[in-house]
Amino acid sequence: MDNEHLDVTKAVAIIENIKEIIDANKEFLTRLDSAIGDADHGINMSRGFTKALEKVRSNQYNDIGAVFKDVAMTLMSTVGGAAGPLYGTFFMRASMKLSGHQEADLALLAQAFREGLQGVVALGKAQLGDKTMVDALTPAIEALEAAAKQGLPLKEGLKRALAMAEKGMNDTIPLVARKGRASYLGERSAGHQDPGATSSYLILKAFCEALGV
Amino acid sequence: MIGILVVCHSFKAADGIVEIASQMAGDKVRVVGVGGNEEGSLGTSTANIYEALNKLLMECDGVVVIPDLGSAVLSTKAALDFLSEDQKSKVVIADAPVLEGTVLASVEASTGSPVEKVVQVAESAHLLKKLTN
Repeated sequence: MDNEHLDVTKAVAIIENIKEIIDANKEFLTRLDSAIGDADHGINMSRGFTKALEKVRSNQYNDIGAVFKDVAMTLMSTVGGAAGPLYGTFFMRASMKLSGHQEADLALLAQAFREGLQGVVALGKAQLGDKTMVDALTPAIEALEAAAKQGLPLKEGLKRALAMAEKGMNDTIPLVARKGRASYLGERSAGHQDPGATSSYLILKAFCEALGV
Repeated sequence: MIGILVVCHSFKAADGIVEIASQMAGDKVRVVGVGGNEEGSLGTSTANIYEALNKLLMECDGVVVIPDLGSAVLSTKAALDFLSEDQKSKVVIADAPVLEGTVLASVEASTGSPVEKVVQVAESAHLLKKLTN
């Protein structure tokens, strides 16, 4: 087994693990969302990844882009809340970068994630510090890019990215929400951890674990 | 002909709004609604919106989309990304109250107005006064 590349088998294993971890944290995400949102994030994400896993299990793939594209399409149709088009766009843009590749190294993965994040920002218009998933994803992807530049091993890059995502997630606690349903609460949104930043961290955690990080 | 697409979190809401707007606008405008996720529970579905847009664009010169809140807007924007550039150029999202905006837009479109005018009238629904005194 090659440790420096993501391949189709690992990509499917990643989706399996995301589904597991999101399911295990369904109540937690819903509790976070009930504090500052509409209490459906856990349920929505669980439904989306359950359907996404069914979809990828029912297909045969030759390239990793195609796996993530099916995930993207499924999330957009089944999640229901704003997380659907946002995560859908993330996976869609990433899949376009990975399209035609049977495997991806750290550098390609960092590029794919960057494209995904740019898609999310273009769609949702959230900036860093708005108390959204962007707050977890941005520092994580920066860490991934820095690791790729230094020529670090894939697992080391992912480990650093996950640590930054966790920090970004925790850093959303004192912030006042400026996007999404939580922004209607204004100052009252401060003191709560953002559910979107949390699901982004959990997705990355599942990604890392599936690759043995 | 202009098409109007109502995007709601609930199919029942979208369908009811379409019913009200169609009654006032007649058959010179196509008013269509989508709502709910693919399992029929509350939410919005990019795939459903994309399908509705595709169908409307086959028979309409332009389409005005009127979303309710939050993910309805994001799902619509995501659906636009799947259209061809030519199709995309014919679709405008109106920033309007969903019921009032749809009714005003449908009536305006039924008079043969272009998309830009229909959007402008839909957005003017923000200023609609229901109580005169």
